[in-house]
Amino acid sequence: MKRYTPAAIGLHWLIGIMILVSFGVGLYMTDLPFSPQKLKIFSWHKWAGVTIFMLVVVRCAWRLFNAAPPLPERTPPWQRRAATATHYLLYALMLVIPLSGWLMSSAKGFQTVYFGVLPIPDLLQKNADLGDILRNVHETLNWLLISIVVLHVGAALKHHFIDKDDVLRRMLPAKRQSIISPGDNTSS
Amino acid sequence: MKRILGIFLLGTAPFTAHAVEYSVVQADKSSIQFQSKQMGVAVNGRFPKFSAQLAFDPAKPEASKVSFSIDIASIDAGSKDANDEVVGKQWFNAHAFPNASFTATSVKALGNGRYEVAGPLTIKGKTLPTVAPFTYKTEGANGLFNGTFTIKRLDYAIGDGPWADLSTVANEVQINFNVVASSLTSATTKTR
Repeated sequence: MKRYTPAAIGLHWLIGIMILVSFGVGLYMTDLPFSPQKLKIFSWHKWAGVTIFMLVVVRCAWRLFNAAPPLPERTPPWQRRAATATHYLLYALMLVIPLSGWLMSSAKGFQTVYFGVLPIPDLLQKNADLGDILRNVHETLNWLLISIVVLHVGAALKHHFIDKDDVLRRMLPAKRQSIISPGDNTSS
Repeated sequence: MKRILGIFLLGTAPFTAHAVEYSVVQADKSSIQFQSKQMGVAVNGRFPKFSAQLAFDPAKPEASKVSFSIDIASIDAGSKDANDEVVGKQWFNAHAFPNASFTATSVKALGNGRYEVAGPLTIKGKTLPTVAPFTYKTEGANGLFNGTFTIKRLDYAIGDGPWADLSTVANEVQINFNVVASSLTSATTKTR
């Protein structure tokens, strides 16, 4: 079995967990009454978004130079096309969603200052109407992302439990024994 | 109202025929803004409703009369959430303390168009001595006054209870005033 590279596996799970947590926090925080806690959580959410964006950029760069392992040979063409389209869409959303959050924050008059230390310039001027539009854009894109993630997870589980192939396992960290395959042992 | 006050000041302030005394504040061109920091992020706000009385003769700055009264409920603190919150009891308690006020007790020249005004500043019923440097310059018939000073919000109990946690909203709040005033003589010639 040909796995993803350890860097790709690490980035996949790290970004995946961060997206799910940020999504949940995002849903929770918007309905909170105005309080210091709310301001803190909003800041954490924004810092997480900036971090996710940077990790996704690294991941895209890595992906450009490290091809994904091929799908099992018996995968039908429509599934190959669906997988490619889904992955492109996931990458696009992972880049666009943090950007939409950053723009929304600027339009609402709150600059994003990474960890309260590094100010990220405002591309937009304060504009309440635009802020409301971008809020809807940010929310809609997130629901789209979560729908695609559900599809993505469903497909991975289908490969694992129904097709019983390696598609899910090649994104899991290698166990110690399997790093050295039997072929390597005999050649040494 | 401002004109009446101007006439009143004309009667009390030493006045010579050639002195230019800026005493007619142009509210639409003047502003009081502030900047606070939330989680390290600068957030700008302003008080759109205020009244200012001024009598400033650059030849005799020490004889100046300055007073401000700010309508707290008019606050724009940067977002609707914040506006609703800051008029409440833990912040400005605008119901009990509808106005913040400042009256200068001294104005002195620092040189190079720079001045310093000092006097008691009252917010939320608390009065503390305050000093603010400002610059003065002329633009046409107007006098432009611009100054910035910093207060500590907890000195005035602005943001009590859970908001007293300074890691969320910083103690320091920068206040900027920008006042445009014309002289009584130039204002009367422009009577509509």
